[in-house]
Amino acid sequence: MTTQPTPTEAETVRRIVADMKGRPGPLLEVLHAIQASLGHVPESIVPLVAEGLNLSRAEVHGVITFYHYFRREAPGRHIVSVCQAESCQAMGAEALTEHAKRRLGVDLHQTTADGQFSLEPIYCLGNCACSPAVMIDGRLAGRVSPERFDTLIAEAKGAGGDSRKLRRQ
Amino acid sequence: MTTITVYVPRDASALSLGAGEVADAISKEASARGVPIRMVRNGSRGMFWLEPLVEVVTPAGRTAYGPVNVDDVPGLFAAGFLNGGKHPLSLGITAEIPWLKSQQRLTFARVGITDPVSVSDYVHHDGYQGLRRALSMTPEAIVQAVLDSGLRGRGGAAFPTGIKWKTVLEQKTPQKYITCNADEGDSGTFSDRMLMEGDPLALIEGMTIAGIAVGATQGYIYLRAEYPHAYRALNNAIAAAYQARYLGPDVMGSGKRFDLEVRLGAGAYVCGEETSMLESLEGKRGEVRVRPPLPAIKGLFGQPTIVNNVMTLSSVPIILHRGAGFYKNYGMGKSRGTLPLQLAGNLKHGGLVERAFGVTLQEVLYDYGGGSASGRPRSSYLTATGRKYAAERLEFTGEAIATSSWVALRAPMARLMAGTT
Repeated sequence: MTTQPTPTEAETVRRIVADMKGRPGPLLEVLHAIQASLGHVPESIVPLVAEGLNLSRAEVHGVITFYHYFRREAPGRHIVSVCQAESCQAMGAEALTEHAKRRLGVDLHQTTADGQFSLEPIYCLGNCACSPAVMIDGRLAGRVSPERFDTLIAEAKGAGGDSRKLRRQ
Repeated sequence: MTTITVYVPRDASALSLGAGEVADAISKEASARGVPIRMVRNGSRGMFWLEPLVEVVTPAGRTAYGPVNVDDVPGLFAAGFLNGGKHPLSLGITAEIPWLKSQQRLTFARVGITDPVSVSDYVHHDGYQGLRRALSMTPEAIVQAVLDSGLRGRGGAAFPTGIKWKTVLEQKTPQKYITCNADEGDSGTFSDRMLMEGDPLALIEGMTIAGIAVGATQGYIYLRAEYPHAYRALNNAIAAAYQARYLGPDVMGSGKRFDLEVRLGAGAYVCGEETSMLESLEGKRGEVRVRPPLPAIKGLFGQPTIVNNVMTLSSVPIILHRGAGFYKNYGMGKSRGTLPLQLAGNLKHGGLVERAFGVTLQEVLYDYGGGSASGRPRSSYLTATGRKYAAERLEFTGEAIATSSWVALRAPMARLMAGTT
């Protein structure tokens, strides 16, 4: 059962589709633009995208669900991604992840109750010579100790930015 | 008073260690002292244990300081670092640092040296010489040069690049594509990222040459979404190349067209496989296609398509500029040219080393890597392809390597890996 998009969401999606529909193979680009504007890709916009790009709803749904990057639910204000790949593992990513869970009081793939932080695993940020690596709202940090992690979280809170607006800056 | 040029990297790894804050602190301190400086945000030299690495242009050459923290900035000014003054963080003339000096940088020749998004800086450092040469050659001669150089695909399969290009050249269709697989997803690999951030115009030039060679007018760089800094650097460099007419309807006044665009992936590891990458570029689920047909015959949107990775395409400009023979003179056996090596994980000196094929494991992991960061004499090493080497073997081997990514593991994890592979 899908809900209706809000009028603002519908307007945003229609504008993005109109802007991009002439490009070759536009669906991924359209979904990226939607996530950059809305912070996620809600199920409710599938019919609008399908109709606008002349695709079936199943095709659009199939693409959204294939790619981990597209969020189906609205994330927290700040997105905290902790790298779980081998190089970071070799430098203590597991312990750092446990620290992050305790510090934020959530498990991976969860958002804090106050809606401030979403904690996520990520598989390689290309910062392997400065492991372990963390990305917060598109800002990369290397050689992250538990103390530095706490500082980064405090800075993110203080900066008051919004990850949903930063993803494609 | 002459304006002094200061370099502070914009490479994502350098930024992850505070290079952005250091650049701000230097600018602020300089203006407080009324000293005019020109700040260039370069790529990284690839010595990540020394990042943020700050360089100052002096009469003796570029002089390096690092690793620099924000707190070090007032002291650097007090020591007269703008004139190459001595300071505990002094590293001397950058080009003379043995770790860098012993390398053979062809693909990474400009990374860390130039302003990545400045076309004029690029041209000043031999940029666009390869394309200039290519535009004076027949398509067949360009493809022959790539064949003769011995260049092989750097994505892992090591297929001769020239043969792929030749197949696409022979297809008689009006629309062909050049695609770059920049879905660098294996842990321990970051050379693509460093190049795209530090010298994106080399990749852009390589793709343009490929387009001119096989008659393709459209290129796509398929970049992983986890690389926002590379995304910005590529888009800025592409815009600068259009502005200077190295891209667009009339490449370098030749009357030939080449357009280029970056497309973002969306976190699907499988899209590093070339046919699933093509599906993804078409906006579909990244399912692997059945071969044949080869992408060179029926690729993107069913048209003949070159699929090469970042290192492969970025090696093309120097081959066209200096000639196939120049490139082929590096290397050994069937592996010609140079190999950008990535050292990561539990090593003292992690970073980027480019050397001719033939370099040994011992040299890479001990002479460059400096041994394990945790100080234990024996650790194990994991390559991006998942092959694991035990330290015991390495100590006795002069084996030449062809694997570009080395992650040093800690002992308990090494056992875990051994148990699971």
